Amino acid sequence: MLGLVVVGAMVLATVFARPITIQEIGVTVQPFSVAPYPPGDSLLFDTSTNVEDYAPPSLDPFHPMGTDGTARDVFSRVLYGGRFSISIGFIVVFATATIGVVYGSISGYYGGWVDEIMMRFLDVIFAFPGLVLALVIVAMLGKGYFQLLLAFTVFGWAGYARLIRGEILSIKQNEYVLAARALGARDRSVIFRHIVPNAIAPVIVQASLSVGTVVIGVAALGFLGLGFETTASEWGTMLNAEQGTLSPGPGGDIYWWVTVFPGLAIFLFVMSMNLIGDGINDALDAQEDTTVTQGGGG
Amino acid sequence: MALLEVEDLTVNFYTEEGVVTAVDDLSYRVERGEKFGIVGESGAGKSVTALSLMRLIENPGRIESGEIRFRGEDILEMSEAEVRSVRGNDMAMIFQDAQSALNPVYTVGEQIAEAIRHHLDYGDAAARERAIQLLDDVGIPEPEVRYSEYPHQFSGGMQQRVVIAMALSCDPEFLIADEPTTALDVTIEAKILDLIEDLAEEYDTAVQLITHDLGVIAELCDRVMVMYAGKPVEKASVEELYYDPKHPYTVGLMGSIPRVGEESDRLQTIPGTMPDLVELPSGCSFHPRCPYAEEACTRTEPGLVDPETARAADGVGADRGVACLEYTGDLEGGLDYEVDIRGGDPRADAGRGEGDD
Repeated sequence: MLGLVVVGAMVLATVFARPITIQEIGVTVQPFSVAPYPPGDSLLFDTSTNVEDYAPPSLDPFHPMGTDGTARDVFSRVLYGGRFSISIGFIVVFATATIGVVYGSISGYYGGWVDEIMMRFLDVIFAFPGLVLALVIVAMLGKGYFQLLLAFTVFGWAGYARLIRGEILSIKQNEYVLAARALGARDRSVIFRHIVPNAIAPVIVQASLSVGTVVIGVAALGFLGLGFETTASEWGTMLNAEQGTLSPGPGGDIYWWVTVFPGLAIFLFVMSMNLIGDGINDALDAQEDTTVTQGGGG
Repeated sequence: MALLEVEDLTVNFYTEEGVVTAVDDLSYRVERGEKFGIVGESGAGKSVTALSLMRLIENPGRIESGEIRFRGEDILEMSEAEVRSVRGNDMAMIFQDAQSALNPVYTVGEQIAEAIRHHLDYGDAAARERAIQLLDDVGIPEPEVRYSEYPHQFSGGMQQRVVIAMALSCDPEFLIADEPTTALDVTIEAKILDLIEDLAEEYDTAVQLITHDLGVIAELCDRVMVMYAGKPVEKASVEELYYDPKHPYTVGLMGSIPRVGEESDRLQTIPGTMPDLVELPSGCSFHPRCPYAEEACTRTEPGLVDPETARAADGVGADRGVACLEYTGDLEGGLDYEVDIRGGDPRADAGRGEGDD
């Protein structure tokens, strides 16, 4: 429940952080602006305030998380940065779960050599650590939002496929599957109307637990300097940009706020997602241990 | 032309232990509106026969040869789409275990309505109305309320009624009932059998009833086929089978029915169990268990013959047939059993000697 509140608050904060405008037609869909400053602009050029770079957290002037090395407001950036991490997390999980369910259902339902070939292909995917595969794709396609989506989606569905295949193998033994076929249902409708709804519970649990894992994966790539352009306000990228501040020279100041707050955001979101996942697991009673890792799992 | 004609049907299962011939060279027919029974022990091939009719045999099973003519058309030759339009629509099946034959995630009404929409092209409202009507027909009280309830909210007997309603949803011409009452207790069993009989009457549906319970057959069927180890061993009308069983296996089955008021302490059984279908005994597959078996039985496999004329009766049209060497004159000792009919039947009040001397 706590997890739900935190995730809900973070999603709302990130949506309302800055106005959303559809640029092609110039219509503002979401006019609110919780974040006090534009996340990408250095405040050195802002005449309304005279804040310096690496200003410590203060409420007046309103910089509750201080400013970073180019005098950008960290609070605004953390709020806005959720847009990348959280949306990638949810989109990737939705896409991978969908692909995985379709793939695994077909494999499990038809069985035989179809199953054999499809599962051996999965084994190939499983032979690589997910984050390495994501790295390869980002390295090939370059940085950016859609490249990251792709990087986590292309191989991330394997876990779901294997999970649901196992479920389907047992569900398809039920007589109602035979009954549906005896009533003249097509394979497609037998699989997706009669079998999958009965097999989906562990996938839902797995998916909710995976959102956090994907967010960590995105942040990890960002920290490695492979997620977004270095100026982007994505959480992991922010950590990467400011990692130099963690080891200042002799007598230097530790600007802890530029790294602690993005890190805290990642931690808070991922932990809350895991709490939600556990809650769903208990609710669905899906006795599933969560050893199947999402591709890109940190 | 009969509604359903099965000719020389052979179904094999390719298992790791070897090839199992679950149904071996089976022929029979079911007329329009007729109630046809198939009896046998577990593993006799009854259910496999039923699934073959709808072409629902799955790997590792395969329909090896034969023809299944439904209204003159061979089901085994049809395209997948044609078979699908027959399934549920013209030919439907009632399953043994109603609890597992209903999908737990849909309301019972939705499950009935689905097939109606699919086959009869009804709209949502019309399908719903028909489903409620069907629930009413199968004797479910308050069908409109029950329509939107889930299977787990029904009792076993009520679930079986829903399964029957599902099978009848598209007004099939041919209904396969695969042990429809095995999972139910005896009082419910009688009600369900009555229901099937009434509905078959009302919807003018032919029924193929599969069971291991001869009592059920007696209650419902016109003609019967007794199966053993994938083969038919006796075909007869219900009266003939009960009053004049010809095959030792049938006699054994009859003998093992408990009777009220019987003096003997122990229930009679057929010794032994069904043979392993991978390695069938040579000759007659029943000979290891048959009290009248002779050496000839281990060598020669009997075919279905007419017990009176000893002519082959393994065709689709044959009404009476027995697969025992006795009736081809190959047995020396003959069969030695008596059929003792009790209960005031006018045709045969006294016991009647049976078999060869």
